Amino acid sequence: MNKKRFSEIIGFAILRFCLGLVLLTLLIILWDIFTKGYSSVSWEFLSTMPRKGMTEGGIFPAIVGTFLVTVITALFSIPLGMGCAIYLNEYAHGGKLTRLIRMSIRNLSGVPSIVYGLFGVVLFVQLMHLDTSVLAAGLTLGLMTLPWTITASEEALKSVPQAYRDGSLALGATKWQAIRTNVLPYAIPGMLTGTILGLSRAAGETAPILFTGAAFFLPVLPKSLLDQFMALPYHLYIMSTQHHAIEQVRPLAYGTALVLIALIFLMNSVAIFARYKLRQVKLES
Amino acid sequence: MSEIFTNSIEKKNKIAPPKISADSFPAGEEKVMTAEDRHSEARIKGEIKIMVENFNFYYGNHQALKSINMEVITNSVVGIIGPSGCGKSTFLRCFNRMNDTINGTRYEGTIEIDRKNIFDKDLDVVDLRRNVGMVFQKSNPFPKSIFDNVAYGMKINGIKDKSKIEQTVERSLRHAALWEEVKDRLNKSAFALSGGQQQRLCIARALAVEPQVLLLDEPASALDPIATAKIEELIHELKKDYTIIIVTHNMQQAARVSDYTAFFMLGELYEYDLTTKIFTNPTRKTTEDYVTGRFG
Repeated sequence: MNKKRFSEIIGFAILRFCLGLVLLTLLIILWDIFTKGYSSVSWEFLSTMPRKGMTEGGIFPAIVGTFLVTVITALFSIPLGMGCAIYLNEYAHGGKLTRLIRMSIRNLSGVPSIVYGLFGVVLFVQLMHLDTSVLAAGLTLGLMTLPWTITASEEALKSVPQAYRDGSLALGATKWQAIRTNVLPYAIPGMLTGTILGLSRAAGETAPILFTGAAFFLPVLPKSLLDQFMALPYHLYIMSTQHHAIEQVRPLAYGTALVLIALIFLMNSVAIFARYKLRQVKLES
Repeated sequence: MSEIFTNSIEKKNKIAPPKISADSFPAGEEKVMTAEDRHSEARIKGEIKIMVENFNFYYGNHQALKSINMEVITNSVVGIIGPSGCGKSTFLRCFNRMNDTINGTRYEGTIEIDRKNIFDKDLDVVDLRRNVGMVFQKSNPFPKSIFDNVAYGMKINGIKDKSKIEQTVERSLRHAALWEEVKDRLNKSAFALSGGQQQRLCIARALAVEPQVLLLDEPASALDPIATAKIEELIHELKKDYTIIIVTHNMQQAARVSDYTAFFMLGELYEYDLTTKIFTNPTRKTTEDYVTGRFG
């Protein structure tokens, strides 16, 4: 009996240690970025163009660029991903082909982002003649997030009990009616959460936009979706590895990192808030 | 359709010899009528609601139902009993073609409801399911309000008239003996109801689309005796307006609620007769063993 108790204590201790280690690492990173970055973040930093070879000034174009690209990514990958997931989960017969497609999608989410970048260059920049632009980069990131969106949406659909579908069908609903009125309303919160998490990952990516549209230094805002742009993660990469005066711009790099993290945190908060709100509506109605 | 139907009945009555016309059975003798008598009487009156002919059903290579032949008389209750895995639920789900949703199933033979083969290519399965309501083993209220649960079937069938929806919701809830318990909280979530109430809500929801046949798949298997008694009472009431087929594991329940009982074994319809006959004097030994609890 005592031995059992003892082993339980040991077991819990190990699990606690794992959790503690992860949390600690995360906190150290956040602390490091925050302490070194917050002094350079100011309204001016957020709202002005970079000056003097990026050694002075702000990151306004990078914020705008990242925002625009993320919007394109969302517009491309949310409807397409959700549609794919609905088809795969609700309509496709569970045959070998479906399993193969599903497995391929899962595997695609593990493909390195630089590969998506190269693919984007070939497909969007060269074949579709979009050149290096906001649109090409957004579409590339959209492709990269699709597997995430599809998988998350499918999981959300799976979590809706089959009894809701059967109940609808037994009352004379068509399949689409059953899905629209008695499956999607309960799956959408989960679908949105997964999707926004995928988007926030896309917003922080450098490799896919490297060849498809992000500019090294471009102190003007893109005038159309076919212009090049600056982006936060790429800017951060430049500032911390490629700049001619790395030591001098270090605080600016940390400031950029802080803004990027804050942006992603904001997006995730929106996702969590949206899920919370939608769940409440579901329970009340 | 119904006019054509009545005409044909009249014709049949004229042709039929007076001996077996419906009127020739004196009321007092009804107790000794066998199932066969009743069926031939119903056939003459045109009161056969469902007719199953040489019906086979397969899950992939596994044959779940083997050449079933069966008739169900309008506004009667048929209880389906049999050991687990004998095909009861599969059979029940054939009547509204819910098995269509399962991959790799196929069937042979026909099931006619009101003389129309439900597997006919011209038949719209959505219409069929509106006509043949189903209540599942595990009550499955939707995560909506009580009102919206009952109104759901009407809404998806395109009924927009608010007052009509309200009337039908009330009538269905009354019919399902739930109205008095929920009339003050129609806008509350259906999940707030007790298990027995949820199952009656599902019955009300099925009634709201005004079906003619009701399929009940072990509707009381998860309920306590009081809730079960309520459901059984309800079945007695509903029989006046609906043809009911109920699958049950509970012998007493089958004996209490059904007029006819069908005993299934290994996908075969072993015996189908008046409930009193099945439970007191079954023809086959296996049936007797099963209903007396010697196996199964």
